[in-house]
Amino acid sequence: MTDIIPFARLMQGNEAIAEGALAAGARFFAGYPITPSTEIAEILAKKLPLVGGKFIQMEDELSSMAAVIGASLTGSKSMTATSGPGFSLKQENLGFAVLTEVPCVVVNVQRFGASTGIPTATAQGDIMQARWGTHGDHPMIALCPSSVQESFTLTIQAFNLSERFRTPVILLSEEITGHSRERVILPDPSKIEIINRKKPAAGIEKYLPYKPDADGIPPMANFGEGYRYHVTGLTHDQSGSPTTDAEKASFLTNRLHDKIMDHLDEITMTESFMTEDADVIVIAYGAVARAAKGAVRKARDMGIKAGLFRPITIWPFPAKETASMCAQAGSIIVPELNLGQLIGEVEKVAGKENRIIGINRVTGGMIRPDEILDAIKSEVRVKKHAK
Amino acid sequence: MQNSVEKYLRMDKLPHIWCPGCGNGIVLGAMVRAFTKINCNQNNTVIVSGIGCSSRAAGYMDFDTLHTTHGRALAFATGIKLAKPELKVFVIMGDGDAASIGGNHLIHAARRNIDLTAIIFNNHIYGMTGGQYSPLTPLDSMATTAPYNTIERNFDLAELAKAAGATYVARSTTYHATMLTNLIVAGATHKGFSLIEAVTACPVSYGRRNKMGSGYDMMIWQKEHAVPVQKARNLTPKEMQGKFAVGELYKAEAPEYTEVYDLLIKKAQGIPKEG
Repeated sequence: MTDIIPFARLMQGNEAIAEGALAAGARFFAGYPITPSTEIAEILAKKLPLVGGKFIQMEDELSSMAAVIGASLTGSKSMTATSGPGFSLKQENLGFAVLTEVPCVVVNVQRFGASTGIPTATAQGDIMQARWGTHGDHPMIALCPSSVQESFTLTIQAFNLSERFRTPVILLSEEITGHSRERVILPDPSKIEIINRKKPAAGIEKYLPYKPDADGIPPMANFGEGYRYHVTGLTHDQSGSPTTDAEKASFLTNRLHDKIMDHLDEITMTESFMTEDADVIVIAYGAVARAAKGAVRKARDMGIKAGLFRPITIWPFPAKETASMCAQAGSIIVPELNLGQLIGEVEKVAGKENRIIGINRVTGGMIRPDEILDAIKSEVRVKKHAK
Repeated sequence: MQNSVEKYLRMDKLPHIWCPGCGNGIVLGAMVRAFTKINCNQNNTVIVSGIGCSSRAAGYMDFDTLHTTHGRALAFATGIKLAKPELKVFVIMGDGDAASIGGNHLIHAARRNIDLTAIIFNNHIYGMTGGQYSPLTPLDSMATTAPYNTIERNFDLAELAKAAGATYVARSTTYHATMLTNLIVAGATHKGFSLIEAVTACPVSYGRRNKMGSGYDMMIWQKEHAVPVQKARNLTPKEMQGKFAVGELYKAEAPEYTEVYDLLIKKAQGIPKEG
């Protein structure tokens, strides 16, 4: 039995991810030590055996990702956790999981800098790597928690989305959230919605592992259930066999894309705070959104019509929702702990009349609320001058 | 009457992609004959492979089959076996796959003594990409990336696996196909990590450049350079120069990883040991 009980607990962000995984039904974890995500592995090494699950410390990040996919193919809900340098190494088999449609969850607790960087400092530098880190055209789902509470709930969501859409899901946390301690309300386990992968209908004559249902998602048999099917990272037909046929290659690539993009209503999660009448909207995600919310509150106290829009699902980027923010507010402020990654997505959907202002910090530290407030105030001044 | 090995093959996926004279079909044949001998349960067996000519073999066999990324087959297999230990897992790799890009996974799977049966198709070359040297290419061989012949010493993969902790190590050739079948049977029935190296001919990408003749000639080469292990043990290193031992090279008993993990679960849950 896990000790999940429906009441408040003081918890670290990484601990909440581990607890969220257990609550979601994860029964397999393979990982490799790396700051600042190691606590997730340490906690699951202790807790998985208690529920009959399996933990293994693999020889490297590449093999951790591989073992997770292998375990998921047998029906175990599986996860790995890492940080930037390890995330780079995961990309190889992350792409394999996308193409072979094997559900799994990959946690990246982001740390500062390119290469080894500053392992103990926070950042949001892997936004684009989460989207395009593995080669070739592929869809990707990534979720971005802002708090310890959300680290718990979004880990469950990550598992649910991966099972629902037969795809790996990235949980993109940050050092500061991973290592913060906050109060978390743990729900009654019986009240948590759990989604499991769709299985082949009973009594089917010939199982085609990559023949989609009407929703674009093929039912998934587990290894060892007697279906005897082939899984390959080569471009394949509906039977799973390799193909170089142009039409089949195009069908598969488009289907993988469409099965995600046709269900954005199930995938996209956002938070809008005081945006209804806002002239200035801050678009922020992860830990930075908390500083942004503080700044918006202070601005409102000063009579400035400011608001916050927070993408929780960061990939696919909530383009439609962002466009409506841009249509409403003249000024959009995008604070990020990088040199400007998500701002490019905002610029893609913004109108010509929008002013898009980035606040970028690459020190390993946070952006303070007053820095965002200053940017909001300066936008108000710009507007006054314009009038 | 259906040939008894055919039930283990996806006959609709044949003919295979391998070149004329390639020995990989003989290794595949040895595998399915071994399956017949151990009366292998197709619904309870998984075949995992890496990348390269040999790894295409997985797709021709009628099991749950997983054709993975280059070098990582053992890591995927480790996840499968640990998550569901009741599955029997075979792993097919080539020499570049297992000894170069997958070398780290090989030594750690051996160290854990996880119950996987690894079959290495050793054709001494990267065949699918057209003949680049691998860690098992013999010293002073011609390869497209060694136009002045190789200057790197080659691994003895059997010795490497043994040193890393494998508890069953064997080697045979496509010439010694019956022996190969028997060694796969022994490896499959051994509990723990077993490695069977199958020396196979690549006349197109290795033999041609090294003036070894046709696939047939290369099998004669195998016959002339393979020394039964009992005999090899009595020969000096000088007498074994350029030759290699075939047969059951090493066998030991050691705790198997997934069984030890089950004990760990009992320990964590406070369940007392039986007996």
